[in-house]
Amino acid sequence: MSADHEAHPLFMPLVFIGGLIFGFGLAFSHMARPEVVLAFLQFADFGLLFVMFGAAIVTGLGFFLAPRLLDGALLTGDSLGRRLKSLDRNVLYGGTIFGVGWGLSGICPGAAYASLGIGNFPILWGIAGMFAGAYLQGVWRSRRASTGPTATGAD
Amino acid sequence: MFTELIAASLVETLFPNGIYRYAVGGLLVGLGAAVIYLGTGIAAGASTFLESTLSYVSGQSRFQRYRPSRDWRVVFTLGIVLGAAVYGVFWQGATWTTEVQPWRLLVGGLLVGVGTRIGKGCTSGHGVCGVGSASRTSFVGVATFLLVAIGTAQLVMAVGVVP
Repeated sequence: MSADHEAHPLFMPLVFIGGLIFGFGLAFSHMARPEVVLAFLQFADFGLLFVMFGAAIVTGLGFFLAPRLLDGALLTGDSLGRRLKSLDRNVLYGGTIFGVGWGLSGICPGAAYASLGIGNFPILWGIAGMFAGAYLQGVWRSRRASTGPTATGAD
Repeated sequence: MFTELIAASLVETLFPNGIYRYAVGGLLVGLGAAVIYLGTGIAAGASTFLESTLSYVSGQSRFQRYRPSRDWRVVFTLGIVLGAAVYGVFWQGATWTTEVQPWRLLVGGLLVGVGTRIGKGCTSGHGVCGVGSASRTSFVGVATFLLVAIGTAQLVMAVGVVP
């Protein structure tokens, strides 16, 4: 993810349009409302499954078909890979912490940004919390990486 | 006839608000991510924005590594906010505010912020792009946070924390 692919004049407009569709979808699906996410987690309304898997099916088609049909990304020519990350204990630890936070509040990053868009100003508490959490783990891990035996490249 | 009634009432119970808004919304979320992917090859998640944006104000190495992508991530997030605002203005018609208590949003948000960065992704990174990539790591990530979130939300409800 170097900055040079941003050189295409349509790069930022395309990212913006993708964000618009993404955010509209989150609002339309009511995922921008913490109550609806909590209703899923408390087994009152299973609609969230359609949102997450509906979205994953669309991206799945893209990830599957695009590399077979195209030589590279349409705008930048960059390689079309899948989103693959290494599996280690961090995925379990982080996923557990994320799960406690998500279950307590009903908010996750993308839905929280969208929540701001539908005028849900109390969500600023949640967004502030997310930045604080990201900051705390970043400071801790930066320190550990500079003093520890090995600097891990996991993200 | 009888089984049809059972099926209908089961659907009613599982999906009291129907499935239209969820299915259409989900397809659009996927479409937004797919548009960015087809144009740029980037599998965008929403939570890296937190760290990449912190790189504007903090020199910590964990944040500086996201410096190359921080500008477009701001643009992506602005798109998300404005896309939701389009729904807010033309469909919702008025602002909507949550009844969930501020302390739950703040503490929950804090844990989400820590967890998503250590766990390598959130509901969009792992849940949408990762699952769409058939990534084993993302299947593990999603299963973990989904089960823990269900347990937590059930506990919160059981001890009577509302809203």
